[in-house]
Amino acid sequence: MSEPVIKCKSVYKIFGENAETMLKEANGNVDAKTFQENGCIVGVNNASFEVSKGEMLVVMGLSGSGKSTLLRCISRLTDATGGKIFIEGQDLLNLNNKELIDLRRNKMGMVFQSFALLPHKTVVENIAFPLQIKGINTEDSINKAMDMVKLVGLDGRENYFPRELSGGQQQRVGIARSLAVEPDIWFLDEPFSALDPLIRKEMQDEFLRLQEKLQKTIMFITHDFDEALKLADRIAIMKDGIIEQLDTPANIVLNPATEYVRKFTEEVPREKVLLIEDVMDSTTTEDIGDLKVSKDEIIENVAEKILTQEKTVAVIDNNNNIVGSINPTKIINTVFGGRKTNN
Amino acid sequence: MELFKKYPKLFQWIFLLIVFFALCFAIDVPETYKFIRGQAEFVKDPNQSTFVFLGKEVRYYAFDVFWRLPPLLGWLPIWINDSLFFLMNDWMPMEFWNEDTQEYKTRPLVLQITRNLTAFMTFLIELIREILLGGLETIVAFTSWDWIDANPWAELPGLPWTIVAAGSAILAYKLGGRGLAIFAGLAMTYISIFGQWKPSMQTLSFILVAAPLSFIFGLSLGIAAFKSKRVEKALYPILLVMQTMPQYAVLVPALVLFGVGDHAAVIITMIVAVPPMILLTLLGLRAVPPEVIEAGRMSGCNNWQLMFKVLIPTARRDILIGVNQVIMVCFSMAVISAFIGAKGLGFNLLLALNQLNIGLALEAGLCISLIAILLDKMSLAWANKQVDYFGNLNFFQRNKNSLFFGIIMIVGIALAYFGSIYFKDGYNYLFEVPHNKGISTADFWNKGVDWIFDTFFVYIKAFNTWLIVEVLQPMRALYLRMPAIATIVLVVGAGYLIGGTRSALVVCGLTLFIALSPWWDRALVTTYMATFGVIVSCIIGFTVGTLCFQNKHSTKFMLNVCDIFQTFPSFVYLIPVMMLFGITDTSVLIAVIVYATIPATRYTIEGLRSVPSGLHDAATMSGVTKFQRLFKIEFPLAFPHMMLGLNQTIVFALFMVIIGAFIGTEDLGQYILKALSDKKGAGIGLTLGICVAFIGLIFDNLIRTWVDKRKKHLGID
Repeated sequence: MSEPVIKCKSVYKIFGENAETMLKEANGNVDAKTFQENGCIVGVNNASFEVSKGEMLVVMGLSGSGKSTLLRCISRLTDATGGKIFIEGQDLLNLNNKELIDLRRNKMGMVFQSFALLPHKTVVENIAFPLQIKGINTEDSINKAMDMVKLVGLDGRENYFPRELSGGQQQRVGIARSLAVEPDIWFLDEPFSALDPLIRKEMQDEFLRLQEKLQKTIMFITHDFDEALKLADRIAIMKDGIIEQLDTPANIVLNPATEYVRKFTEEVPREKVLLIEDVMDSTTTEDIGDLKVSKDEIIENVAEKILTQEKTVAVIDNNNNIVGSINPTKIINTVFGGRKTNN
Repeated sequence: MELFKKYPKLFQWIFLLIVFFALCFAIDVPETYKFIRGQAEFVKDPNQSTFVFLGKEVRYYAFDVFWRLPPLLGWLPIWINDSLFFLMNDWMPMEFWNEDTQEYKTRPLVLQITRNLTAFMTFLIELIREILLGGLETIVAFTSWDWIDANPWAELPGLPWTIVAAGSAILAYKLGGRGLAIFAGLAMTYISIFGQWKPSMQTLSFILVAAPLSFIFGLSLGIAAFKSKRVEKALYPILLVMQTMPQYAVLVPALVLFGVGDHAAVIITMIVAVPPMILLTLLGLRAVPPEVIEAGRMSGCNNWQLMFKVLIPTARRDILIGVNQVIMVCFSMAVISAFIGAKGLGFNLLLALNQLNIGLALEAGLCISLIAILLDKMSLAWANKQVDYFGNLNFFQRNKNSLFFGIIMIVGIALAYFGSIYFKDGYNYLFEVPHNKGISTADFWNKGVDWIFDTFFVYIKAFNTWLIVEVLQPMRALYLRMPAIATIVLVVGAGYLIGGTRSALVVCGLTLFIALSPWWDRALVTTYMATFGVIVSCIIGFTVGTLCFQNKHSTKFMLNVCDIFQTFPSFVYLIPVMMLFGITDTSVLIAVIVYATIPATRYTIEGLRSVPSGLHDAATMSGVTKFQRLFKIEFPLAFPHMMLGLNQTIVFALFMVIIGAFIGTEDLGQYILKALSDKKGAGIGLTLGICVAFIGLIFDNLIRTWVDKRKKHLGID
């Protein structure tokens, strides 16, 4: 496997005056309570993970869980108190100011919850802003920005000011701006949280479409578990600065690591999250019917077909080879059964 | 006992008052004590005591320390004076090249710096003045008189008034639309027709220099304070004192450093106008959402780009509100600096007031107010204007205003030329209406004043006498009757009860400074006048504010009235009161009341308005009557904001009391005014100014601490 794009090794972020000495004394054993008694607040507590190229890692947590702080450590909007962060092998915390600016100008893009558009610039000027900061001349940057306008479907509104746009449109501008420099790494900090539910769904779909096309390495922050399940390749669930569990959506739903994670998974409609592959038996029985379903199908889409069968259904992979089987009762158990089923 | 437990604060206050009154009764007035009138304390008198500190001899009348503290700080003004003198005349003599005499000359460093600054300011003012009014100084500065003689075409006249008037109308149109443009055109035409063109343009040129310079300095210092906590901490106390420092007091040291004239006035104006600009810049930059800053950083901005491409444009509105404040302060100073020889409307106003020519004073005052309102509205319109998109407009649409101005230029010059032929013998009215050769209404006003005086003299006089004899004199006597120690106990006790030890210490320090200066009695008189003004202002302001709040239209109307009144330079308020009440304390107090009622009213309305509408609805749904809602919901919630209004009212009142010295009062202001004409007045003026500022700061500290606590308690931010 190639070098991960983002690699974090025991990252700590502690706010407070003598945070650094306290962290040293704690010797890797950080307890939020003792720190708080000494006037320090623990933002991120021993976060280690990797994100590989083209992967989307969604960090999920409630407000105050440290998810935004973690993102700001990785984009170095704040300096981590301890630990190591590598971006494509470069030690982020050792970059000097110039190298950091260089990295941001070429490799990173970020989308913000409150859009954070410049009120005095038009849509196209906002999108061209990072390009102009980089020193690209006006004409080229505007041309490039116009491509971005088209990409996010805002053509015809390029000369509007942010104040004249709806929330969803403003966030499209934010997305276009973050993509203007064609970054490899894309940070999204609760990009859809400020939007109405309907617009949010529309933007999520749009976002998936974009990602399919662009294949960026993504860190996506959200407090919405459904959103995390819908978008993520892998999900990291945070609480009080600690990553409670980092796994694929299916594994999190099926095997919550802690009580806290389990609370989230309880209400999740599993048939919408799990794939056939996640629940099938990898052994094949003799008594198999004619129906074949793909292992990559979401349960919801094929449940009706399977449930109308009396026999066990064969599961196939992309090459039409039978890789397992699934019994209708298994589907019923998964969807309606006790919440502690294992496959 | 029950009561005691329920209201511990109340009993603490009662206890404080008991101690205060006990001290007042226990300490007798010394037989030798009398209020010193005029400048008696500067006369050598064998009854005086003396002490020497830092080589300065201080003379004073000694009393029992409980009655009046000895002026242990009496050396301070003398020391400031001597230090200034030393700096200007003896410190760091250096060789400087002199253009005129073509030789090196030895001059103290500070003198050289101030002279260079002076020359620079004079050049700037002349430059603008000559564009507006014509003249040769600027051209000569770059060439020579000989060159002018050889090239007579360079003797360009100033802009004809028609062009300036039309130009300001176009600018007003661009900033604020048609209404503002009409107002601008009419105001300028009025000024011209009524023969106030020259002084108005002198004042305007003064402001056009002072305001941009103040803006640049304020903005840069504001940015520096935003960037560095240390700079902010260093600036903070200066900003605080400058906010409550009477403008008169700043004039005096400037007189020593920069001499007399427009240039000194510009420098002084900058000193006064920069602090609000710093504050608003800081406020604006702080209000930029953190995510916008992060977005800038993530776009790869370096610090410079972040400041000028992200932060400042985003904080644009607050910064432009700062510009508005700067312009208002400049106007106020444009009048006051007439005391140190600034030319223009302020000078005419002062002259007219000195001659008791109310008609002329009114005319000048009206012009100042008109220009002030115009610039106020224009800068506000600029602040509230949102950026427009120009890319899709063609050349003519984009530049229509400039093009139109170009046409106006040509037409104006043609008109002026035509005028020079038409008005061959007299004045060219199409070029410039000379001073006092326009239509004058002075006679009308003077006759009006005479008529009022003749008709109502008896009533005015009776009211005046009643107020002075029955109210003011006893109140003043009561204030002077307070032993110094009792006053200090009262103030420090209040500080402790409101804000704990910290507040008590701050207030104690401020009070001691005044008590140990030679002017405690004077400070008491200033306080008495301010107190009287504040009480009446608050009663009027709170009542009017509350009444106006009952109706949307009257609320809006009242806020507009407050806006306009606040635009008038403070000095202008003296004109009508002198008209009616002549030279008495009543005049000063009425000016104080009128001036200080503005913030009282405004803050009452704003406070009531800030009560969340949800609470309003909730109260209505629980079936309260209008009065219940007002007293149970709105007043308690609006009270902290109204107290901030009280704070402003006190500051405004103190300002006006000090300015009232011009009419003639026997307080700190009288001495500040005297220091202006005193060669050794710099130290005295500055110390007096600090005393006044400290009176303001004592109240400011107490009120602000209380408001902060109360707001926290109520959970409002």
